[in-house]
Amino acid sequence: MVRPIAFLAGAGFVFVLLFSLVTGAIAFISEPPAKTVEHEFHLHPKHVSFASDGPLGKFDRQQLQRGFQVYKEVCSACHSMHQVAFRDLEQIGFTPAEVKAIAKNWSTEVPSINPETGEPATRKATPADKFPSPYANEVAGRAANNNALPPDLSLMAKARHDGGAYVYSLLTGYTDQAGFKNEKGVELLKEFPEATTPTGLHFNPYFANLNIAMPPPLAADGQVTYADGTPATIDQMAKDVSAFLIWTAEPKLENRHALGWAVIGFLLIATTLAFLAYRNIWAGIKH
Amino acid sequence: MSFPWANHYEPKNPVMKWLDSRLPLPRFVYNAVGGGYPVPRNLNYFWNFGVLAGVALTIQLVTGIVLAMHYAANGLVAFDSVEHIMRDVNSGWMLRYAHANGASFFFIVVYLHIFRGLYYGSYKAPREMVWLLGLVIFLLMMATAFMGYVLPWGQMSFWGAKVITGLFSAIPVVGTPIQTWLLGGFAPDNAALNRFFSLHYLLPFVIAGVIILHIWALHIPGSNNPTGIDVKGPQDTVPFHPYYTAKDGFGLGVFLIVYCSVLFFAPNYLGHPDNYIPANPLSTPAHIVPEWYFWPFYAILRAFTVDFILPAKLWGVVAMFGSIILLFFLPWLDKSPVRSGNYRPAFKKFFWLLVIDVLILGYCGGSPAEEPYVMISQLASAYYFAHFLIILPIVSKMERPLPLPNSITEAVLEGKSGATLATSTQA
Repeated sequence: MVRPIAFLAGAGFVFVLLFSLVTGAIAFISEPPAKTVEHEFHLHPKHVSFASDGPLGKFDRQQLQRGFQVYKEVCSACHSMHQVAFRDLEQIGFTPAEVKAIAKNWSTEVPSINPETGEPATRKATPADKFPSPYANEVAGRAANNNALPPDLSLMAKARHDGGAYVYSLLTGYTDQAGFKNEKGVELLKEFPEATTPTGLHFNPYFANLNIAMPPPLAADGQVTYADGTPATIDQMAKDVSAFLIWTAEPKLENRHALGWAVIGFLLIATTLAFLAYRNIWAGIKH
Repeated sequence: MSFPWANHYEPKNPVMKWLDSRLPLPRFVYNAVGGGYPVPRNLNYFWNFGVLAGVALTIQLVTGIVLAMHYAANGLVAFDSVEHIMRDVNSGWMLRYAHANGASFFFIVVYLHIFRGLYYGSYKAPREMVWLLGLVIFLLMMATAFMGYVLPWGQMSFWGAKVITGLFSAIPVVGTPIQTWLLGGFAPDNAALNRFFSLHYLLPFVIAGVIILHIWALHIPGSNNPTGIDVKGPQDTVPFHPYYTAKDGFGLGVFLIVYCSVLFFAPNYLGHPDNYIPANPLSTPAHIVPEWYFWPFYAILRAFTVDFILPAKLWGVVAMFGSIILLFFLPWLDKSPVRSGNYRPAFKKFFWLLVIDVLILGYCGGSPAEEPYVMISQLASAYYFAHFLIILPIVSKMERPLPLPNSITEAVLEGKSGATLATSTQA
């Protein structure tokens, strides 16, 4: 009884699936799906390498400090970083005194209350505080940015495919839409004349829908002045801040790599011993 | 329990004697996974995965219980509490990565365990109950994994919960009320998150209970083996301990090396970047995909694109659940008296076709719902159903199996232990 019912059920599923297939194929041939401008012109992140790449990767602390400087002087005007605390900066080589000074002098203060009246107030940040948001709330953030909320950057390097390279590509990827061609040599505005970037947005082929609300944040070489004397080209600043965001997204990366090698080393020895024990126990038995 | 020549537990230590006459727990363990359980001597490495699945569950229980000490199941703080674990809890990053990747590796070993059973006919008489209980464990695992993925409350958590509970809304008349009832609201929110956390904590213990039944049912007929033929006498078996404990120890080492390589060096490789974006009901991700272990089923769900008598969505939901439910009938669909695929030339070809088919389904399920993936998943889904419901019953009738060895020992001594699938490196 099971098999005749199964046969009918199977035949039913197969029939409906093949019917769907044929219907879909006819629709596909008679009305091929329209190409979208995102599909044809979106670019994958550029190839760029960071010291933290690969199983042996470690952070370059000088670079992270430079990247922090770019975040502090450029990005933090609009972007929050609310998963990261000032005290965490000690991990990238700042001394406790420096961290204290950075927190105290941060451009935004921490929301608080007046201890006498209970009225809303603000106070200076301390090392124990997370980075305060540049906007009091989401509505304020949207109001200041043409209704586009600048996203929190704490996890940006893990919240996009190939995150570090994505941030670097996005920051260095602004270009003129006029005359922009893809790798097949097709010109965007000739293929999609209606797809001109709307006013208030900026063309960037590394952004998912090609038009991003953020104006180019790194506009000129020398926008920041690095304490270690590294020339602050746009490319260098973009790389440094990307490295910094890899750290903010995965601050335990170095511990993870170091512990990983110890664990794998231990397991290789243990597994070898287990294999020898297995061979020894089975030595007298053909199987 | 199973064979008359099984070793008997004889405690020599007076304390163990005292205990044995009052609570024979050591005797129970001895008979279950010790020297008292005779196992065919010719098992290949594919028989390691049952024990590995048990280890994977244990890893999930231990890491999960500790994670729950730091996690907060509240829509306002769930995402940040996970980041708190990653940044501020001692070794919290390791616990969380071990748990998230542990789920993936639990599914990897269970899928290998299931395909082992499919190839060697472990679902056939007298082991039907072992197979059925295994499928119950598999369903419970899927429910647990789905609810666990919701807990970090990222974008994929939220939209995954919305899509999967939305499947119930395909049921005519009562569908939408059922969805509302499951979620405790009209969309995933605090009520859903809280109940998912509660059930995510409960179900692993239910799984552990069903595993006890699974192993109990296994011990009645004893383990299957690569030849698929029955154990005939003491020369066909070795005691589980020390022979298979030693072999499982080696298998465990290999498993842990692979698992830890991913955990420490590519912990986000199997995940989706969107889940590092906090849940936002107002912003739909471009491609909503479940975790990789659900991709074949997701492909079947999306393969139904035409309203044929029933709405396409209902077809998809019925087919997706049907693709697992049909496995419960497998022992009665495949009536071939020969268990092992090694002696079934036609079955063997279709088996490997099924393996390729499921891999294709998985690939399509992880791809966006556009051509050519939809058409490929329609063909692949059609083969999936045809394989179990039409081809297997016919093959089991028509096929002329190869001659079987007279006994396991004979097969071993002739160098044909039946371990061809494992391209045996064993002596």
